[in-house]
Amino acid sequence: MFDNFDAALLARLQFAFTVSFHIVFPAFSIGLASYLAVLEGLWLWRKDDAFLTIFNYWKKIFAVAFGMGVVSGIVMSYQFGTNWSVFSDKAGPVIGPLMGYEVLTAFFLEAGFLGVMLFGLNRVGPRLHFFATSMVAFGTLLSAFWILSVNSWMQTPTGYGINDVGQFVPLDWWEVIFNPSFPYRLVHMVLAAYLTTAFVVGGVGAWHLLKNRDNRSAQVMFSMAMWMATIVAPVQILAGDFHGLNTLDHQPAKIAAMEGHYETRHGAPLILFGLPNDETETVQYALEIPKLGSMILTHAWDGEVKGLKEWPKNQRPPVAIVFFSFRVMVGIGFAMAAVGLWSAWRRLRGDLYNSRNLYRAAVLMTPAGFIAVLAGWITTEVGRQPYTVYGLLSTADSISPIAAPAVGGSLIAFIIVYFAVFTAGGFYILRLMGKDPDTALATVDIGPSRTAGITPGPATRGESVLPTSNS
Amino acid sequence: MEFDLAFIWAALIAFAVLAYVILDGFDLGVGMLFLFFKREQDRDLMMNTVTPVWDGNETWLVLGGGGLFAVFPLAYATIMPALYAPLIAMLLGLVFRGVAFEFRWRTRRAKFLWDWAFAGGSFIATFAQGIALGALVQGIEVINRAYAGGWWDWLTPFSLLTGAALVIGYTLLGATWLNMKTDGYVQQRARGYARVTGAATLGLIGAVSLWTPFLNDVFLTRWFAWPTAVFSAIVPVLVLLCAWALFQGLNNQKDYVPFLASLGIFVLCYVGILISFFPYMVPPSVTIWDAAAPDASLGFLLVGTAVLLPLIVAYTGYAYWVFRGKTDPTEGYH
Repeated sequence: MFDNFDAALLARLQFAFTVSFHIVFPAFSIGLASYLAVLEGLWLWRKDDAFLTIFNYWKKIFAVAFGMGVVSGIVMSYQFGTNWSVFSDKAGPVIGPLMGYEVLTAFFLEAGFLGVMLFGLNRVGPRLHFFATSMVAFGTLLSAFWILSVNSWMQTPTGYGINDVGQFVPLDWWEVIFNPSFPYRLVHMVLAAYLTTAFVVGGVGAWHLLKNRDNRSAQVMFSMAMWMATIVAPVQILAGDFHGLNTLDHQPAKIAAMEGHYETRHGAPLILFGLPNDETETVQYALEIPKLGSMILTHAWDGEVKGLKEWPKNQRPPVAIVFFSFRVMVGIGFAMAAVGLWSAWRRLRGDLYNSRNLYRAAVLMTPAGFIAVLAGWITTEVGRQPYTVYGLLSTADSISPIAAPAVGGSLIAFIIVYFAVFTAGGFYILRLMGKDPDTALATVDIGPSRTAGITPGPATRGESVLPTSNS
Repeated sequence: MEFDLAFIWAALIAFAVLAYVILDGFDLGVGMLFLFFKREQDRDLMMNTVTPVWDGNETWLVLGGGGLFAVFPLAYATIMPALYAPLIAMLLGLVFRGVAFEFRWRTRRAKFLWDWAFAGGSFIATFAQGIALGALVQGIEVINRAYAGGWWDWLTPFSLLTGAALVIGYTLLGATWLNMKTDGYVQQRARGYARVTGAATLGLIGAVSLWTPFLNDVFLTRWFAWPTAVFSAIVPVLVLLCAWALFQGLNNQKDYVPFLASLGIFVLCYVGILISFFPYMVPPSVTIWDAAAPDASLGFLLVGTAVLLPLIVAYTGYAYWVFRGKTDPTEGYH
């Protein structure tokens, strides 16, 4: 049934589909793991059991999300070989060791301490348990470090040579790892993960505050999340701007697509909205601010900004996708900053817990981070087309010698399985979020494995709450 | 002195795959035994014996795949397309069983569905791994650094036999693991399954071993020529010793002996396969040295691995130590 399809297109669809599903979970678990470590640290430091209650509440959600991240990630680690074998053979010597380090430093660390973190509080005591939680959080960050280094190298390759069988070979590992776009991408992505989590936590807190404004756990969650929004959202906008300028240096065609510039111009406008049209090579119905585009990109009102016409058509990225996804990401970024400002104003006035409209806005913004992360990734990944290793190895030349029916069949299988499995997972996560954090742990939980010995009762911590039972 | 980096890496990858086989082997085995136990509390207990460690176990599979990508990119780029269908099936099976660990506790109405997902996913993943192993032993046709065979080459009577053998073998590991980690009813039933699968495992190992040398002349000469013939003679004797220990342990109601004996059988079979393969990475044409990445790649990753691998073994051991002993069903938790 797939004989009329192009295997390369199907393989790209499959990669886009599986990686888009996958990235949602790490984006959430990077932020959530750090949040859990902070909560447990606060619990140990302040000796306030509210933090432990919130910790246990989010720990369950983390467990479900992390499990989905693991299984969708295993798929990714094999897909390079199944669908992109030529790319794997050629780029393996350079990016393979980086991914090897990701497994060795990050995945094992996370997996090794995850069991202790989820189920071991009674067995190892609070201090070692805090260590385990911190290791899981550290592992997620290390994972981000390596995989973003890999991705960045594919976008801005440096430190390589090419050997006689056509493989990329490493010449200088420092230049490979710390390639020009890596620091910007790493900061931008980790901040995105933190913001994504902050808005999920804030949204859930706000949801419960709408039902009961005196809910202590929800207040703590909401307040912590809004601090993140107030401080990190503006920093993220700044980081994004730096990342964009870096992209202008190394991938000007991507910037031209993001901005919707077909013509090379001095004093280029900033196009707010419009419909890019590849046929006429114009942006129709454009709403633009004169000269601001040049100002942002070159820091001069009359600076030259390259347009897409500088490149032959077969070397341009698909413009419309990049143009729109970029606007979605930026729009959400500013909306996040606005919520952060709003909450700062309420906090300054001393009535953070008295604004139902702010709560409603926060609930509405709960999924915003995920959408922004996906939009951002679409921008950067579609924007670097038609290459897998930018400027050096084209996407069309990266594919495995596989027939369309094989890729198409597996694509359908992935779509069915992912929708079934991740819909169920999303539903379970939403149901966990719907439980009142103040009372969620007092009621009997479905999962017998999750409540053992940790009830939000006594205000003391230590042996009385945590009988260490060695069976 | 000159290090043969490619050889060192081949040994490390072999270690990672072995670690995967014996670690995820028992938790996949527990999954396949799942539906044979009807009572909910028994299933809860069975799952709880592996819940704290399964994620770490599966990470060895990522190391096997990722490591191959890093240090033997040509092997990765030819094996993966050649085993396309079984690998996709394995991944999907792992998706189902992986999420079942958490999803099962999050619902009452649909709990039975995730029980099925756990058992079915474990079975599919195992069967696919066994088929992949058989197909690899048979050989993969590589021309011009690319897989040159057909889409159904992996499906042969031999690969189906290795698929079945792995299903039975992992179930043996799972049954002896349960014998070690549980008490009472579950333990008794597990002993029974261990006896049956133990006997079946030995039979299937015999069948695969007798068949393998006739797939390929290299295997035949390897097995019956000096000095490797020594191993060909010793390995079966050791397997029989392990089998004796397995059944003695089960009869005498030992906790640890049957599991360790089953691990021994797996390690011995694995060594047998390695002897057959060497020096090939992708039989019958791509050797370890053909497939290896440049020394700069091998050396860079080896430096870190030399430090990290012992660390990983240490904290993985610690995680097992924390959850040591019988899993207590009344603790309602592992």
